[in-house]
Amino acid sequence: MPPDSVPTDAAAESVSAAKMARRIRRSALQMVHAARLGHPGGDLSAADILAALYTAVLRIDPRNPRMPDRDRFILSKGHCSAALYSTLAEAGYFPREWLREYMKPLSLLNGHPDRNKVAGVEANTGPLGHGLPIGAGAAKAAKITGASWRTFVLTGDGELQEGSNWEAAMAAAQFGLDNLTVIVDRNRLQQGDETERTVGLEPLAERWRAFGWAAREVDGHDLEVLIRTLRAVPFEPGKPSCVIARTHKGRGVSFMEDRVEWHHRVPTAEELSQALKELGGGDE
Amino acid sequence: MSLHDCRKAFSETLVALAEADPRIVAVANDSIGSSNLKEFKKRFPERMVNVGIAEQNMVGVGAGLANGGLIPFVCGASCFLTGRALEQVKVDCGYSRSNVKLCGMSSGVAYGELGPTHHSIEDLAWTRAIANLTVVVPADPAETSSALRAAAAYEGPVFLRLSRMPVPDIHPADYRFEFGRAPWLRRGSDVTLIANGTMVARALEAAALLEADGIKAAVVNMSSVRPLDREAILEAAVAGPILTVEEHTVVGGLGGAVAEVVVQSHPARMRLLGFPGEFAPTGSPEFLFEHFGLNPEGIRRAAAQLVEESARVAHETHPVR
Repeated sequence: MPPDSVPTDAAAESVSAAKMARRIRRSALQMVHAARLGHPGGDLSAADILAALYTAVLRIDPRNPRMPDRDRFILSKGHCSAALYSTLAEAGYFPREWLREYMKPLSLLNGHPDRNKVAGVEANTGPLGHGLPIGAGAAKAAKITGASWRTFVLTGDGELQEGSNWEAAMAAAQFGLDNLTVIVDRNRLQQGDETERTVGLEPLAERWRAFGWAAREVDGHDLEVLIRTLRAVPFEPGKPSCVIARTHKGRGVSFMEDRVEWHHRVPTAEELSQALKELGGGDE
Repeated sequence: MSLHDCRKAFSETLVALAEADPRIVAVANDSIGSSNLKEFKKRFPERMVNVGIAEQNMVGVGAGLANGGLIPFVCGASCFLTGRALEQVKVDCGYSRSNVKLCGMSSGVAYGELGPTHHSIEDLAWTRAIANLTVVVPADPAETSSALRAAAAYEGPVFLRLSRMPVPDIHPADYRFEFGRAPWLRRGSDVTLIANGTMVARALEAAALLEADGIKAAVVNMSSVRPLDREAILEAAVAGPILTVEEHTVVGGLGGAVAEVVVQSHPARMRLLGFPGEFAPTGSPEFLFEHFGLNPEGIRRAAAQLVEESARVAHETHPVR
């Protein structure tokens, strides 16, 4: 959304966001297949959240990626770089052709995002638990300078086992950072197993509330709900906002959905073809 | 000879920088007292960010503040700032090339009796291995102040390894620190002592003792550990043996950095003086310096041995007939 534009109807915007989400999913799977590396399960669970942000929420200008008053979006789950790069290409930060270079030798598109190489990337992430502290610092900078831009951080759910997130959560509440929003991609699976069978996170919304945040739980694949919710921040003045987006790892591809092995499995040519057929939209 | 705690120069300079530039902010881990930030907090309460006892978050917050256009000076005891938050130092600062100034307070064995948990004698090895990160160890108040100003003016991540140990004035008040430039504090043809931080004054004292022994020792202040002053090192290597002196383990610190240059350019006989790769026993900083030969007498002894050894080897290799 360009700066100063008037928000239109979330229902109407969710239609174009859905198209973008489908293109993100298609392109992320093609990238992972070509690179023989990547994290397709998380790419697919995050696609709708990314599409909602970049079509209807963030105040950004891809032609001016370092505009001082831009909203900051930080992908803390940096391993889902294929989804992020696809989103940034869709948003117009760089040509879609670049996506073919994903993880090739000397490519700008490293397996984890590098802000010094790719326009639109705000933070170099990959090791988990880095995005929220950086986001808290950015939001604090806006408070100190009296600027109106906002900060959004997308974390994984397994990632919340990293203690640094909770250090940042405490500080953000203490500082009253109501210009900071964390979105948790709650797909319930981490690399090896379900989160609740590894080190459980529930009751997750209650935990955020106990840490001083205003938290809401939503369907992370309902674009209209995502857009309305992310536009409604801050949920409470003086408090940072948390959106727990209930998602499915591998969303959109029947044989990947809710399957732990697709955290970082690479689809074969046949699997890719089947996945693209299921996703549809190849003629767009 | 009057001695100074460089934290005074640190805090006065930071306040002066903040007065002139609204982008300067301080970040602390509940260390406002030990980092000498009380005056800063009083003068600029809205620019004092205290994240509580949480170093990983502290460094991440610093990177975020820089992303938002500010110039954060992130202050904490060096042992925790570097050790606890090393991945954030690497990724959020070095790899991201964030404009963050990391200020490691009370480095080395300044915490003495509190023991190895609070000693920070690995921080140079850790930080100087990180690409993009500039690493500086000032030796006195004038250099602390000048290095702080240089860090603020430079766009990129800097680690300032600061101390609370009392040191004398070494440089004149108008001294200008420069990244990658090591001042020669004393000339001498028999051996070069390359030191930084609290060890520079001690190396100078040792050089005076050596003069009485008839040994001419040069002293170089290698405060800029990354980038190094390669020319100064080469000049020393061409002149003769080199003794490095640091308040740090001899594994991977100043001595290691100098040796990396020497062996790849002009091999010279070297000796690395520092903590010998073991955790220190209980004792005050001064006790530990003496215990490990990091006092003027210990430095004198090591330098004299090195000079004697080089003369002997030179004689054995090229005997006078």
